[in-house]
Amino acid sequence: MKASQRSGQSRRRKEKSIRILFFAVASASILTLSLIIIFLFMEGVPIFEKVSLKEFILGKYWYPTYDPPEFGIFPLIVASLAVTAVASLISIPLGVMTAAYLAEIASSRLREIVKPIVELLAALPSVVIGFFGMVVVAPFLQNTFNLATGLNLFNAALMLAFMSVPTICSISEDAIFSVPKELKEASLALGATHWETIWRVIVPASISGISTAVILGMSRAMGETMVVLMVAGGAGMIPTSLFDPVRPLPASIAAEMAEAPFRGDHYSALFATGIVLFAFTLLFNLVADHVSNKYRQVGAATL
Amino acid sequence: MKTKSIMIVMTTLILCLATPMVWAGKLVIKGSTTVLPIAQKAAEAYMKQNPDVKISIEGGGSGNGIKAIIDGSTDIADSSRFIKNKEVALAVEKGRYPVPFAIAYDCIVPVVHPSNSLCNLTTDQLKMIYMGQVKNWKQIGGPDSPVVVISRDTSSGTYEVWHEKVLKGEKVFPGALLQASNGAIVQAVSKNKNAIGYVGIGYLNKEVKALKVDNITGTPETTLNGTYPISRALYMFTAGWPEGDTLNFINFILNPQKGQKYVAESGFVPLY
Repeated sequence: MKASQRSGQSRRRKEKSIRILFFAVASASILTLSLIIIFLFMEGVPIFEKVSLKEFILGKYWYPTYDPPEFGIFPLIVASLAVTAVASLISIPLGVMTAAYLAEIASSRLREIVKPIVELLAALPSVVIGFFGMVVVAPFLQNTFNLATGLNLFNAALMLAFMSVPTICSISEDAIFSVPKELKEASLALGATHWETIWRVIVPASISGISTAVILGMSRAMGETMVVLMVAGGAGMIPTSLFDPVRPLPASIAAEMAEAPFRGDHYSALFATGIVLFAFTLLFNLVADHVSNKYRQVGAATL
Repeated sequence: MKTKSIMIVMTTLILCLATPMVWAGKLVIKGSTTVLPIAQKAAEAYMKQNPDVKISIEGGGSGNGIKAIIDGSTDIADSSRFIKNKEVALAVEKGRYPVPFAIAYDCIVPVVHPSNSLCNLTTDQLKMIYMGQVKNWKQIGGPDSPVVVISRDTSSGTYEVWHEKVLKGEKVFPGALLQASNGAIVQAVSKNKNAIGYVGIGYLNKEVKALKVDNITGTPETTLNGTYPISRALYMFTAGWPEGDTLNFINFILNPQKGQKYVAESGFVPLY
């Protein structure tokens, strides 16, 4: 009696200590994230003593080192959004269709070969993709379309699309693959063709996973730095065509941070730019979370 | 017996810890990020020759370097500009007399694609190009194609010279492309027949064509004799006439066989 009680006690104690250990591990990343956010705001907020939030976000000119300096990041925000939008237009169909092909149409042997290759694309260092864009794609675009420069919005979007395809494809593929077999079989049994089954049954059933994939892919494109620094051109103006050079937010931060005087106005302005960028990616992630909860497929019966 | 051995160990330890403190000279260098690569390379070579001297180097900009000379928190200040009267007054007030040493020259050369027929531009033409007033090369006697203006990030030293000597304080128009390094400018210009950019003289190569400015070719000679317009001296400042390690280091930097080698290696014009 007593012995079993004691062993029960020690088991509980062990249980408790393991729970504490895991809690500590889990909170480490949260702690890190919150420290980074606190730091970001501490370094960025001082700029708003010099310019108002409205001037900062809607100002059209970015001349941080002039006297008097101008800190307007509107062209940079527009550039980031434009590059992300164009990249998504390319990468979403490509990624989702590749995923549908791999999960539904390709033979399992082909799938086992192609999927790792697509995922390998995600492992390519961004500087390599940037260099490819700069040395191969830029001259090609310039000669083919007779442009003033090949370092432009379209080139950057194309390179970012390359980078987000693996994210989108890999997560969508998992979502599509995990659609219950009964759904597919029922649809086929009702006389639907394979295409109708994919388009009307399987894709809607996995839409929550696909949306998450798309939004994660987009936030990757938005936050990517090296590629846009190398191939977007870097002109701080609002683009009027697909082939205008632009300067997205991360490119501006990366190009200028190294030599901005420590804790000066320029430095804070760059951190404030980081806050704006963070707000955008946070928004994307919240939307992804919301979508995946709202359209979560609970079981085969809910469709 | 035991205490004796402990004593021996302790003394050795203390000696080990104390020796470097007693013998090591310590040299602090702060300031311009333009001069930083020169200071870094020279300091590494100097420390190799004189292992007992420890040199610590910080960037932070010319202004911060000179400020450190004024308040005495550095031995040497790197600066890409001459000291201002106001700064001298502040230093003298604190009993420090800043002494300048020109250690190298910075020479910035405009570059275009090798296929471009232009060979020479005036500083006014360059200014108009960078203010966005020249949209087509034929406006200034070149081929009929659009001008793609490539500039450096506004916090770089190279940009600083361009801003001062070419733009004379005007703003680069927002449509100018931006690259973050001399190498990236060479890369971008060599791949685009419409492009114009500017780089430090050490970064010129066969893939781009260097332009004359006001009919003067940018070379070490024209920079040193002062005829080439887009150049400036780079300085190291000391508080008072340098002594000891500081003097040795300044001598090292100015020595044509020693420090000046690293000036050329970093892409600047050596003094000799």
